[in-house]
Amino acid sequence: MTTCAKLGDKLMSPEEAVRRFVKDGDMIALGGFTVNRNPMVIGREIIRQGRKDLHLVMHSQGQAMDLMVGAGCVARLELAYGGTGRFAPTGIRFRKAVQSGQVKVEDYSNFHMSLRFLAGSLNLPYIPCRSGFESDVLQQWGFGPELRGAGKIPKDKAIVGQNPFAQEDDPVVLLPALNPDVALVHAQYVGDDGTVRIKGLTFLDVEQAKSADRVIVTCEEIVPAHTLREDPDQNTLPPFLVDAVVHTPYGAHPTACHYFYDYDPRHLNYYRSVAGDDDGFRRYLDEWVLPLETQEAYLSKIGAADLINIRANTKVGFAPGLDRR
Amino acid sequence: MSTAYTDKEIMALAAGRLVSNGDILFAGTGLSMLAATVAKRVHAPQAVVFFETGGIDPNLEELPLAVADPRVMTGTCMNSGLLDAFSLLVHRRLRTIAFLGAAQIDPYGNINSTCLGDYQKPKVRFPGCGGACDAMSQAFGVIIFMQQEKKRFVEKVDYLSSPGWLSGGDARAKAGFKRGGPFAVVTNQGVMRFDDKTRRMYLHEYYPGVSPQAIADNCGFALDVSRAREGQAPSELELKILREEVDPCRLILGPLPA
Repeated sequence: MTTCAKLGDKLMSPEEAVRRFVKDGDMIALGGFTVNRNPMVIGREIIRQGRKDLHLVMHSQGQAMDLMVGAGCVARLELAYGGTGRFAPTGIRFRKAVQSGQVKVEDYSNFHMSLRFLAGSLNLPYIPCRSGFESDVLQQWGFGPELRGAGKIPKDKAIVGQNPFAQEDDPVVLLPALNPDVALVHAQYVGDDGTVRIKGLTFLDVEQAKSADRVIVTCEEIVPAHTLREDPDQNTLPPFLVDAVVHTPYGAHPTACHYFYDYDPRHLNYYRSVAGDDDGFRRYLDEWVLPLETQEAYLSKIGAADLINIRANTKVGFAPGLDRR
Repeated sequence: MSTAYTDKEIMALAAGRLVSNGDILFAGTGLSMLAATVAKRVHAPQAVVFFETGGIDPNLEELPLAVADPRVMTGTCMNSGLLDAFSLLVHRRLRTIAFLGAAQIDPYGNINSTCLGDYQKPKVRFPGCGGACDAMSQAFGVIIFMQQEKKRFVEKVDYLSSPGWLSGGDARAKAGFKRGGPFAVVTNQGVMRFDDKTRRMYLHEYYPGVSPQAIADNCGFALDVSRAREGQAPSELELKILREEVDPCRLILGPLPA
C-alpha cells in the first residue's frame, strides 16, 4: 500500500475505512452518477464486512447502489433515479428489492435531492424549491410513520408552504436538509495532504461530502500536494474535510472515471445478464465481491486486456471507439 | 422518395424538428440524445445541448449512453454539476426545452416513470423521476417520447412522477408553476399537442402511412383527431445525418429498416 507521511493515519485500506467509519444503520451518501465515479471499492468492502440496515441517500445512482441493495446491506433508500442508463434502465436488484418489499424507498427528484444535500452542507434546516407541486413525488410517502420522526428521518417528507416574502399567493415546496453519517466519494486525485481534485463533472459530490459527518475518499492517484496547489482553482475539497483516504486505482470500475478509464460495457452487460436471477446474483457476489479482498485481486480477475480496452484517451477523457454494444 | 425508416428514426427526427435555433436543450438518454443532436446538425446549429449532470454544450462526437457518460464531459464550454445544470434548466431568461420519456402518460401530459401498481407495493418498479419532475415543473417547455400503446396512454397514471397540465385548464398555474409544461408528445405513429385552453391532448400530426384512427385505437383515452394532418417523411438529408453522424454504430437507433 502507498505510504505517505503527511496523510498519516488518514491513509488506510478499504477494510480499515469501512471498519472505522461505516456502522450498521448508517445513512450513507453515494457519490458519482449512474455509470460514472461510483464508489465501488467501498461498496464492495461494505458487502464483505456484512453491514446491515443501511440507509442510502443519493440523486441518481447505479452500480454501487444496485450491488449493495442486492447483497442485502440496505434497508432504506432516498433517491430520484436508480439505474445505469442503457445498461440497466432500472437497477436490476433495486427493482427486485422494491417489488419484494425488501427495501423501503422514498422518491424525490434530482433537483430535490441536490437541494437537500446543499441545505445540509450549509447547515440549513430546510430549503425551498418549485419542483413537483401536486405530483405523487410529494404526495405519496414511501417511509411510513414507523420510520418518520426518528433519527435522521424528519417527520415530513416535504411541505408545501408559502413564500413568506411574496405579496400574492406563491407556493413553495419545503424540503428537509440531509446530513448523512458518511459520504463516499471517488476522485481522480488526492494530494498527499488530503486535498481532493475531481476531474470532469463533479455531480453533487462536493455538497454530499460537506453535508456528511464523515467522508471517505477513494482515489486513482495520490500526488504531491504542491502539484495540486499549483492550480488550486481545479481543486474540489480541502484536506481537513476528509476522514479517510484510500488509494484504489480503477476504484470506480465498472463505472467510468474521467481521464482514467471509461465504463466497462462488457462487465456491465455481464452483470445485467446474471443479476436478474437470484442464484446468478449470488454467484456474482461469490465470484466478484466476497473473495476479492484487495483491489489488486479484483483487478487481476478483471484482467489486463479489459483494463486496457477501457483505458481513457488522455486528451478526450474516455475510450474513443470502445465497443459499447 | 421512398426511403424506408424505423420508428426510432422518425421519432428522433420528428422531435428534432420541434427545436428552434437557439433553444437550450435539456437532454436525457436514448431518443432525446438523438433528437437534440440531430436538430443541432440539421437546422438548429445555435441550439445548445446540456445535461442534468452538469456537462454543458459537449461536442457529442461520440454518442453518450447515459447523462453521466464521460462523453458529455468532452469539448464542453464548461463542466459543472447538478446544481449548475438545474440553475440553467430553471433560468427565467432561457428558453429551455427538455426531452423526456415515460412509462405512462395521461390526457393532460402528466407522466409516470416510477412504478406500475400501488407505490407502496409496486407490481413493476421503474427508475424514478430523476430530473424529469424538475424539467416538467420548471423548463420553458417539454417534449415527451412515448410508444403509442393503450397501456401507456392511460386515463390516469398509476403514479404521477412529473406534473404536466395536471387536471387541465389553468390547474398548472394554480398549483404554483410559473411557466412550462409539455407542448408535444412524439410517438412511433405521430405527434400530439395540447389544446391551448383545455390543455387536453389532441392528435396534431400522423406519420405517412399511419391513419389517425390507428393512433386513436392505440390510445387508452378519447383522443381528438379532428385537427390532425399528415406529417412529413424524413428527408434523405435528415436520415443521412442521423445514421452517419449522430449514431453511426446504431447504439440507440438499433437495427436498420428491413
